[in-house]
Amino acid sequence: MKIVGKAIPKIDGLAITTGKPVYTEDLSTKDALVIKILRSPHAFAKITSIDVSKAQQVEGVECVLTYKDVPDARFTLAGQSYPEPSPYDRLILDQIVRYAGDEVAIIAAVDEKTALLAMKLIKVEYEVFEPVLDFEKSIGSSTVVHPEDDLHCNFDMGMEKGKNIVARQHIEYGNLEEEFKNCDVVVEETWYTQATAQSMMETHRSFSYLDHAGRLVVICSTQVPFHVKRMLSIALKLPSNKIRVIKPRIGGGFGAKQTACTEIFPALVTIKTGKPALIVQDRTETFMASTTRHAMRVKVKMGADKEGFIKVIDIHGLSDTGAYGEHGSTTVGLVASKTLPLYNKTKAIRFMAEVVYTNKTPGGAFRGYGATQGTFAVESTINKLAEKLSMDPSEIRLKNIIKEGENSLYHYDQMLGSTALHKCIDTGKKMIGWDSKYPRTVLGKNKVRAVGMAITMQGSGIEKVDMASAEVRLNDDGNYTLLIGSTDNGTGSDTIHAQMAAEVLEAGMDNITVLSADTDVSPFDPGSYASSGTYVTGMAVVKASEELKRKIVDSGAKLLDVPAENTEFCGDSVKVLNKDRSISIRTIAEKSVLGGMKNQLSGFASYGSPVSPPPFVAGFAEVEVDLETGKYDLIDYVAVADCGTIINSNLARIQLEGGIVQGIGMAMYEDVHYDYKGRLQTNSFMQYKIPSRRDVKQVRTAFEESYEPTGPFGAKSIGEVVINTPPPAIAHAVYNATGVWVSHLPITPEKVFMGMNR
Amino acid sequence: MQINVSINGKKAAYEIDNNEFLADTLRRHGMLSIRKGCNTSNCGLCTVWIDGKPVLSCSLLAIKADGKSITTIEGVQHQAEEFARILVEGGADQCGFCSPGFIMTVLAMKNELKNPSEEDIIHYLTGNLCRCTGYMGQLRAVKKYMGVE
Repeated sequence: MKIVGKAIPKIDGLAITTGKPVYTEDLSTKDALVIKILRSPHAFAKITSIDVSKAQQVEGVECVLTYKDVPDARFTLAGQSYPEPSPYDRLILDQIVRYAGDEVAIIAAVDEKTALLAMKLIKVEYEVFEPVLDFEKSIGSSTVVHPEDDLHCNFDMGMEKGKNIVARQHIEYGNLEEEFKNCDVVVEETWYTQATAQSMMETHRSFSYLDHAGRLVVICSTQVPFHVKRMLSIALKLPSNKIRVIKPRIGGGFGAKQTACTEIFPALVTIKTGKPALIVQDRTETFMASTTRHAMRVKVKMGADKEGFIKVIDIHGLSDTGAYGEHGSTTVGLVASKTLPLYNKTKAIRFMAEVVYTNKTPGGAFRGYGATQGTFAVESTINKLAEKLSMDPSEIRLKNIIKEGENSLYHYDQMLGSTALHKCIDTGKKMIGWDSKYPRTVLGKNKVRAVGMAITMQGSGIEKVDMASAEVRLNDDGNYTLLIGSTDNGTGSDTIHAQMAAEVLEAGMDNITVLSADTDVSPFDPGSYASSGTYVTGMAVVKASEELKRKIVDSGAKLLDVPAENTEFCGDSVKVLNKDRSISIRTIAEKSVLGGMKNQLSGFASYGSPVSPPPFVAGFAEVEVDLETGKYDLIDYVAVADCGTIINSNLARIQLEGGIVQGIGMAMYEDVHYDYKGRLQTNSFMQYKIPSRRDVKQVRTAFEESYEPTGPFGAKSIGEVVINTPPPAIAHAVYNATGVWVSHLPITPEKVFMGMNR
Repeated sequence: MQINVSINGKKAAYEIDNNEFLADTLRRHGMLSIRKGCNTSNCGLCTVWIDGKPVLSCSLLAIKADGKSITTIEGVQHQAEEFARILVEGGADQCGFCSPGFIMTVLAMKNELKNPSEEDIIHYLTGNLCRCTGYMGQLRAVKKYMGVE
């Protein structure tokens, strides 16, 4: 392959790095109204009176909107394919506020200063209720977060709103009781994963205006433009064809922008006033009023025979979805669906879960999406099981993991198409020096070094649900335009899709122009989430490019006056086989629009997959612990990934490195927390620490390629799987150093110290 | 009130509010590379040079820049692109939102340090956060640019 697999620079790289105005805020107009949101100071309250008269009188204030001024249709902000498996439990503004930060009023003014001045003049009185903050006490609490009658679910997810239960899951195969009875070793443990913040560098922001035809145009920093369009239509009660959503360059998403946190506010203001409007959340607002990773409690019970074959796994999850149910019912499912299929020697498995409301910042999508939480719990339990069996933790995995052509109880109807996980484990062990370092090396009286490991899988798109389309056009000048609705958030997906088109069409990268994403122009795509870009949209791009190639050959053959089967496609021309006759692509292109052909050539394809092939990572951590204080340094992290065929070697590597570092942050210190009244305490980078370059000592990566038969050029996904291994691998290394299992993430020195001194 | 500054080598007079931060002044006057990522001096996205030294423009009152020479990435496009090419060739650009501030700090480091060690580089750049890359790719690019591979 000439282009696939190469380290092609990102097509937008120079513009975005040198400060060109290509992001949402840069594209807003100078006359745009500035929107500020008055937010609830209370975790749970009812607005008993709200007086905006003084605020409205401030010169320069265009409008102040409260719950009395907004449409009454409930909706979800979760960017998922319709009908969404998230409850329609929101209003744009509601009389009841359900977390500290919930929206109370929308202020639109000529500038920020005026809007903030007006905000201070709004008088609100609240009847304050007792919030439910502890998700383990939510079910059956006297506090009911969503008492309203008009809340509705598109599916029966098991919602019992009177009990604060958003959804339930129960999956069971085989006879658990019997299998546990026959096991030689059984391990049971409860693990807790905390809420974490996506913390992309560009906070949430949206800009809207009315176009020449009176249609609403929203330019926004989103991963899901088509879903945003539908959401706006439902929430604003506006016909969908009157809305256009444009995604420019995006300053990171990591799942945060799969929830539409800001789009509705400028859209509403633009509709009410006819004027352009801009909202830019500051960092505190993005911490407070967007979404976090769902905090979870995951109980795992696992049994094995004395040879180390894992016979039975029982998982019980409890997920905290906060004040609104975005992504609640689906994230929890990945706790099981991205862990249980890994270990397919099981005779019985069960997964039960509840998802509950609390009065906190809503849960949402964050890279890994439940798989991260499940991986911490299941991998940690396997590390405990290995110890109980006196087995090397790498050996127990090599013995139990799924191989190519096998199925699992969880996916009994699906054969695994590709895996190089065995090689990932072997390579990772060599890189970290596992055999000489496991489990620990004592360096001195109080210093110990130790290693730990974990493995993981994710998916590639949502099987049987999501579908992406792509169109490739041959332009009059012989170049190509690739139209996709996939949303490059900085990952480089536009570049990867251009590489795929260029590979099929045997063209140069310069010959492909990528246009994404604009709901007026792009073919449908659910957006960039669930690790779908390379795999799902990629397949659509390949199929569309192949269709166009066939049409070019047909047209070339016609113009050469020979049967198509006597010609071949040569990238820059169509040639007659075994003869010195050819016609250039440029000439075919010209004739398609200028000559007698009158038929511009394009390829169009849609793709949705019946399977979601898993990429894999094996992760290895080495820590150095001070036994007196519990302070530890992560001195080395090795990650080896199988993402099928690598489409772009540089971008895959950076995805892996970046994901590992986010996982390290989650493992070691990132922690969203609230005070006793439910007010967010970690509302800036002062309190919420993401890894700085000083914190990350060494991350080393490698790839073991497999070939996924259903993927474009054999590729699978890479975007999410990369974040999952650090929490369990680091917990394992800390245990091997200290004998302390930290079962509540993050693994802080305090917890290690307390554990050692218990 | 009014401040008189040199902005990317040209003289300019800006009308400002008393409590206005330099980042806002610069954005308002078309320097759209200036981004505020945190408002708490943690992330480094808003980095510009004042008299050649990197400064966080989101936490510097505009009045403090009166009489000073301000450089944004718009004023050093040639050098910025030289480093950006190395960054992009290694795939370490990713979302790019932190890049202008990061690059301004890297260029300042190039002016300030000769043959820095890896530790010197990390120390100089610690105030520039990046959530995408995990820093390893950035470090590879910086070492190449500084000629200390």
